[in-house]
Amino acid sequence: MLQQAFNGLVGGAFYALLALGLAVIFGMLGVVNLAHGAFYMLGAFGAFIALDSLGLNFWLALVVVPLALGAAGIVLERAFIRRLTPLDPLYNFLFTFGLALILQDLVKRQYGVNSQPYPRPSQLGGTVNLGLFTYPAYQVFVLGASVLVCGGVWVVLTRTRVGMIVRAATEKPELSRALGIDVGRWVTPVFGFGIALAGFAGVLAAPMRAVNPLMGSDLIITVFAVVVIGGLGSVFGSVAAGFAVGLVSALGNYYVPSLSQTLVFILMAAVLLWRPAGLFGREEAL
Amino acid sequence: MILSKLAGRPVLLAAGLLAALALPWFIYPPVALDIACWALFAAAVDLLLGFTGLLSFGHAAFWGGSAYATGLIALHSGLPFPVAIIGGAVFAALLAVPIGFLSVRLTGIYFAMVTLAFAQMVYFIANQWRDATGGENGLQGIPRELFGLDLSEPFYFYYAGLPFVLAGMFAAWRIVRSPFGRVLVSIRDNPNRARALGYPVDRYRLLAFVLSAGLSGLAGGVFAIGHGFASLEGVYWTTSGQAVMMVVLGGIGTLWGGAIGAALVVQLQDYLATAGFQETGIVTGLIFIVIVLLFRRGIWGTARHLRAVRRGRRQRATIRRARPA
Repeated sequence: MLQQAFNGLVGGAFYALLALGLAVIFGMLGVVNLAHGAFYMLGAFGAFIALDSLGLNFWLALVVVPLALGAAGIVLERAFIRRLTPLDPLYNFLFTFGLALILQDLVKRQYGVNSQPYPRPSQLGGTVNLGLFTYPAYQVFVLGASVLVCGGVWVVLTRTRVGMIVRAATEKPELSRALGIDVGRWVTPVFGFGIALAGFAGVLAAPMRAVNPLMGSDLIITVFAVVVIGGLGSVFGSVAAGFAVGLVSALGNYYVPSLSQTLVFILMAAVLLWRPAGLFGREEAL
Repeated sequence: MILSKLAGRPVLLAAGLLAALALPWFIYPPVALDIACWALFAAAVDLLLGFTGLLSFGHAAFWGGSAYATGLIALHSGLPFPVAIIGGAVFAALLAVPIGFLSVRLTGIYFAMVTLAFAQMVYFIANQWRDATGGENGLQGIPRELFGLDLSEPFYFYYAGLPFVLAGMFAAWRIVRSPFGRVLVSIRDNPNRARALGYPVDRYRLLAFVLSAGLSGLAGGVFAIGHGFASLEGVYWTTSGQAVMMVVLGGIGTLWGGAIGAALVVQLQDYLATAGFQETGIVTGLIFIVIVLLFRRGIWGTARHLRAVRRGRRQRATIRRARPA
């Protein structure tokens, strides 16, 4: 039971990282990035390629791959997303849908649909005694890394000057502009950062889950449900909902296995009935 | 009344009908049937996107859900396939009631996300409920005969399925041109004003959602019978995206444009598949991106726009000539 709960938190770590990236991108640009799952998948393949053909180990991949993907995100925003943001948000939604299709099928063409192997880093091979039960060390590391990153983002957003600017630009872009903040300058790095987070989650997933071209497209919809539950545009809500959904679906899987995958959507329906803006969302955001 | 409106565009209408009837003579019949089904699916999505202003990214739930329902009815009840298809469409419309009730409280991109999530719920149910849906294998061997008449030959089945598609298209056209449809357009253009005028906006949106789902279900049912199977792919979220893509390619808010989009996309995918290129997402995704970036009116939308521009220029010229210098 406790172990189930822990499994849930580890699963929730991935939801939280992806939902966090989606939320900052959405908050800043008003873009719902359908390609977010594809970048998560690219993160995992990035780790695989880094090890397989460049000989970079897991720890290096954990730094290099998110940076590379973040840079790709910056180029993407500069070249395309920026042109579509003044229009109806649906065009960016559709653009990222097309992008997701392309990325997924490009990887599929190169590596096929079979999963690629990725070994656990040797330092994290064993198990850890958590007092009540022992647990694979790698999973503990994933949970810790995710909590650390989400917490770090939280601190940056609430305690620093940069965070203040980003929050202001997210919530009241017009007013921020009037106060002399160059909102446009912050949009690009935030987009890149969100993509880098997805890549980071992907590298973390590589030793634990199957590295597969389809791994992102299955996950992204669940993350959408997470973001809806947490409250659209709420960074805190997305992270909290990420862990909560992980927990609920693991426990649900334990008690009612047949419902495991639909549970999150039932949860979303319940939240929508009760609070259409999500648990931490603001009504006015709709 | 209806007839006089129909008579307004006899040439286009006749051309469309003729094209629909002649299609399997020129195109590999199963592909022709796919085009017809996807054309109706696209029209149903456009009813919601182009005329109500709601982008549903979850219509696979209705297309694929109806495919399963149609298949199950045809397999287990022994009823003739037209009954099964209508049963599937009704099932899709009923499925849309709770989903729509929860979704139409949101609009824009939120609506898209929520419909997408609900559709994925349907996908997981279809995947897990193996006894009924066959899980990953899908439903197979759905019968295609009508009172002893064997329609398993795709060429003949095309003409058995076409009436459903045409009826669905006609229904969509009637809905858009009806007073109800005008209210939908006014909600699309200015929901607050529509609300101020006393229209229950959410109820109108819900009704449009259910109608659109029913028509998608009709298309999905014909598709399932036509192929003799219903599969998980039909309820997967990329199917919803593909329908939206056909609408955008043809032109949002044009209703018929989606048929052109469907014809091009289905043909292209068939071409790529026969050429041995499995990863069609690369090509379709690329086309999609180009349209979104450079060609947002779509094919039919652009044609209509150009005609309107030309007509406007001619009118201005007439006025200029009439005015004394």
